[in-house]
Amino acid sequence: MSAATYAPDARTAPDARITPRAHLRHTGALIRRNLLWIRQDPESMFDAILFPIVFTLLFVYVFGGSIGQSLGGGQQAYVQYVIPGLMAMMGMNMAQGVGTGFNQDFNSGVMDRFRSLPIGRGSVLFAKIAVELLRMLFATAVLLVVAVLVGFDITDWAGLLASVGLSAVFGSALMWVFLTLGVIMKNAQSVQAMGFLVLMPLQFGSSIFAPTDSMPGWLRAFTDYNPLSSLADTARGLMVGGPVAHDLWVTLGWSAVLTAVMAPIAVHKFRTKS
Amino acid sequence: MGPAIVWGMKRIDDIPRAADSAVTVRGLVKHYGETRALDGVDLDVREGTVMGVLGPNGAGKTTLVRILSTLIAPDSGQAHVAGYDVVRQPRQLRRVIGLTGQYASVDEKLPGWENLYMIGRLLDLSRRDARSRADELLERFSLTEAAKRPASTYSGGMRRRLDLAASMIGHPAVLFLDEPTTGLDPRTRNEVWDEVKRMVGDGVTVLLTTQYMEEAEQLASELTVVDRGKVIANGGIEELKAKVGGRTLRVRPADPLQLRPLAAYLDELGITGLASSTVDAERGAVLVPILSDEQLTAVVGAVTARGITVSAVTTELPSLDEVFLSLTGHRASAPQDPAPATDDTREEVAV
Repeated sequence: MSAATYAPDARTAPDARITPRAHLRHTGALIRRNLLWIRQDPESMFDAILFPIVFTLLFVYVFGGSIGQSLGGGQQAYVQYVIPGLMAMMGMNMAQGVGTGFNQDFNSGVMDRFRSLPIGRGSVLFAKIAVELLRMLFATAVLLVVAVLVGFDITDWAGLLASVGLSAVFGSALMWVFLTLGVIMKNAQSVQAMGFLVLMPLQFGSSIFAPTDSMPGWLRAFTDYNPLSSLADTARGLMVGGPVAHDLWVTLGWSAVLTAVMAPIAVHKFRTKS
Repeated sequence: MGPAIVWGMKRIDDIPRAADSAVTVRGLVKHYGETRALDGVDLDVREGTVMGVLGPNGAGKTTLVRILSTLIAPDSGQAHVAGYDVVRQPRQLRRVIGLTGQYASVDEKLPGWENLYMIGRLLDLSRRDARSRADELLERFSLTEAAKRPASTYSGGMRRRLDLAASMIGHPAVLFLDEPTTGLDPRTRNEVWDEVKRMVGDGVTVLLTTQYMEEAEQLASELTVVDRGKVIANGGIEELKAKVGGRTLRVRPADPLQLRPLAAYLDELGITGLASSTVDAERGAVLVPILSDEQLTAVVGAVTARGITVSAVTTELPSLDEVFLSLTGHRASAPQDPAPATDDTREEVAV
């Protein structure tokens, strides 16, 4: 190879700006990277397959009978109640894993290379979120199959699609939170522990798994303002009928605020962490 | 030829630098808490040359490379690479550099080819160009056979070669190699050296950090010695070798009783410019500092003429420790200084 080969051509001539098209190209190349990981290591999809199966079977068969009675219809009534809740949770669950995975990724040598390349720093994070959303769609499909097998009655396909979309919106908002944790925390275990500690009370202190009517007043004060309740109630309304508007706006509002606050923080931390 | 210098139109030229300088560093400072990782470093790398930055663990070598490749920002001071300011023009700068870290900066889960293709795309090559560039570089770094295997299955040397290939995708004008052979066995190290020499032959400017005098001598034409964030010596490699005493000739007489007489004899000879020899009784050898091949020839000739039977004659390059000893009067600072977390963990392995 001659020295002349090193002369840059016009296409790669330095330019400070990164065009939207270039952003798309970079994000696309990084999405490809994350998808190749899955191909290389199909086991990484296990959680996306097992989570919906285990949670559906657990809740429907362990708690379903007794909670269903209080809903006035037994196990089948509970299936109609809990499946929309689980559906709403899918985005959130994928979000939890994103921090752990990204923490490991961030501490690997290839991040230094990415950070020394002329790409928008957000590209690495956007690609991660895009792939997690694909995983979420996959997990949702698994959930639907299991749901139908345990007797879930899909009454409203449009509503179903809308609640999948809503779960994705809320999930990606939450992903920014976990990406930030993934960047700032020292190791993957702490990220995981942190995610568990934050999400566990939020999930169970909500209307995802059981109606909140029978909870004590102090807990209801919490569950009523818990965005996960709004998320679950919206999904329920969309999929099996009921009021939607208020909870929908609350969920969208939370998603917007989380994204607006956490996305810039995540990108900034990613950019400046040495 | 150094292309980057030719087409930089929007460069900032407010620090004095030579017209052919590819890397210019002035008064660079970086603190990590109380530790001064860099304490006012000045450095110039001329276009098309290889600058070796030699120093022990925690000397600030990695910090320097990380600043020059825009991974971290300096606290004060200025640095230009290919005419671009590291703080004010990071994006332009990133287009003209290549970086190979201490740990292979490749995605271990991806096959070699996919690594190179991905970086081609991130450097805005078209799909077709990225594909052909990946093929071309795999071929060049003898990795074609392993193109489809995940990088995690590569040997240490293959991984470094892939890393070097990845650094070359964007036709960089300046290449940073941070301890390119740390942790490699001698054979693999030679392999990597050969690759680096070929890249230099292609006209790329290289700044490489190392802990080994031998590596610096193999690759670099100029050397900057750093310790505790400060430059303690710089200059042409021959110049510095002269300063630190160059090689050491180790002559082992077959009869240990001959040690002292031999040393005394060599000192009496009066070979031009030859420093006095010392006796290493423990290992049964006379050590003679050698500055030139002429001196070496004269000493060997004298030993032969004297008729002393020798069981071994070897020449050695000074170790990093000896270089430090002669430059600073103290040993290379032990890695006990509380280097920053990243530096620390990254350099630990290199001991």
